[in-house]
Amino acid sequence: MFSRAGPLVRFIRPRFTRSYDQKVIEHFEKPKNVGTLDRSAPDVGVGLVGAPACGDVMKLAIRVDPSTGKIVESVFKTFGCGSAIASSSFATELIKGKQLDEAARVTNRQIASELKLPPVKLHCSMLAEDAIKAAIADYQRKQGQELAKSAAAASN
Amino acid sequence: MTSMFSRSLLRNILAREGFYQKAQVRPLVELASATEGLGTGVSAPAAAPNSRPIYLDFQATTPVDPRVLDAMLPYYLHEFGNAHSRTHAYGWSAEKATEMAREHVARLIHASSPKEIVFTSGATESNNAAIKGVAMFYRSTKKHIVTTTTEHKCVLDSCRHLEREGFEVTYLPVQPDGRISLEKLDSAIRNDTALVSVMAVNNEIGTRQPIAEIGQLCRERKVFFHCDAAQAVGKIPINVEEMKIDLLSISGHKIYGPKGVGALYVRRRPRVRLEPIINGGGQERGLRSGTLPTPLVVGLGAACQVAEQEMERDHAHVVRLSKRLFDGIVERIPHVKLNGSREYGYPGCLNFSFAYVEGESLLMALKTIAVSSGSACTSASLEPSYVLRALGVDEELAHTSIRFGIGRFTTETEIDYAVHMAEKHVQRLRDMSPLWEMVQEGIDLKSIQWTQS
Repeated sequence: MFSRAGPLVRFIRPRFTRSYDQKVIEHFEKPKNVGTLDRSAPDVGVGLVGAPACGDVMKLAIRVDPSTGKIVESVFKTFGCGSAIASSSFATELIKGKQLDEAARVTNRQIASELKLPPVKLHCSMLAEDAIKAAIADYQRKQGQELAKSAAAASN
Repeated sequence: MTSMFSRSLLRNILAREGFYQKAQVRPLVELASATEGLGTGVSAPAAAPNSRPIYLDFQATTPVDPRVLDAMLPYYLHEFGNAHSRTHAYGWSAEKATEMAREHVARLIHASSPKEIVFTSGATESNNAAIKGVAMFYRSTKKHIVTTTTEHKCVLDSCRHLEREGFEVTYLPVQPDGRISLEKLDSAIRNDTALVSVMAVNNEIGTRQPIAEIGQLCRERKVFFHCDAAQAVGKIPINVEEMKIDLLSISGHKIYGPKGVGALYVRRRPRVRLEPIINGGGQERGLRSGTLPTPLVVGLGAACQVAEQEMERDHAHVVRLSKRLFDGIVERIPHVKLNGSREYGYPGCLNFSFAYVEGESLLMALKTIAVSSGSACTSASLEPSYVLRALGVDEELAHTSIRFGIGRFTTETEIDYAVHMAEKHVQRLRDMSPLWEMVQEGIDLKSIQWTQS
């Protein structure tokens, strides 16, 4: 009787299933590159996207080697669901060591397919793409200012 | 003999699976390491692989009490008759059992007669039957319904349905503590108001509405009063006579009974008439056709009986653990806000907003604790809870809420573990949150131009 009941009970016992992909869980539990960079430094670009009212805010910062145009350091801080944290963690990994123009070509699809995000979580990967673009734009704006500053200094 | 054997067999299987162990944590929390960790906030109790999370979601559902299951089993096995069969002993015995269950339900809510209890498939059906039933029966003279913005989805959706049928519905706003104002209710009631529907205890924030006062007001204004008491029955005293409730919805699985059964109290004096939403063989005084699910009905009756016996003990237990959880969280975690009200709240439901930590990520981090960010019905959506927004909670804070539900089988160890885990993971996620960083730097988040709105 018990030997027959055994498999049945195992079958009906609720499994601990999660709707997140294993990669999302890994990035969420052990996020890569959490941190901040000095936003006043000229070789640092910071992108802050999202809004607290929408439940997602990402801050992604990059440090660029001005001589090579390569991203040497990328860090993030994110307020958002597990997928948002995983998307930003993966995004920092993705752009580290890349040239700025290469990093600017990273799309949300790359992030979404790596993390196997379901449709309701696609906005997390879009936010990560926006954060990369915003950080690059911030760096380039600062570099432009630096150039203008040095040009002004030269003309004086 | 057969029944005894099967019963003990099932009990053995369930006990072996740890189903009834009071300490549902089992190997998940080792008491020693849990308490040790509490002092330092460093060492986390290790979760054993494949162990189940601690259950702190008693508003979503409750496990069946073993006493309830014992009462139900014979009606699945040899007492399988149809309670409506009048021609043989199988039917008679099933009918006797369902009528006994009806008495238990009636006694728990102090109904004057068991005949006032109609068995349904659950509180959703009871709410539908009451709201649509009253509205449709009196529609030739009454066209208006009053309810609140924090009702359960099934009440709000039934009202929306009636709006499409040509009824008018007033959705009363709630105060920041979650309660409605009686003056606003008084002015909302019109000459053509058929029904006022207000829940007893809110499922997300645990706020208790002033039911007796609402009942009194409705009686004076000669309007029927329906109360969704799914979260209240068996947990706080409900007396339909003293509270002047005309219709009351009850759920089986919220009171340690089986899923798939509920009841609707329908007052006989003064008589409330309903247009049935399910038509058929005319069972349940014609208000709800369909063969009664005898084992489930017996389970609901037994759950009500146990709830009546245990209410004082249960309540004291829940109050004690609720205080422990509240004190632990508020003392250990800064920037925490309780949604709803402690004064008017049911202590078994504590809904906290952990500022600067998004609720879903906290749920994911607290994977060894079964909690929810609101109601189970809406947990799939990304929208913040409509109940919290109705209270006037900032959208930012509404995204950061977690509901802890405490019940009959919750233990002190589980509460301590939950406090420890909440403290640890809120800190970890705040260290990862750009909002927390800005607040630490003294930046006012409201002053920032956010990219999305």
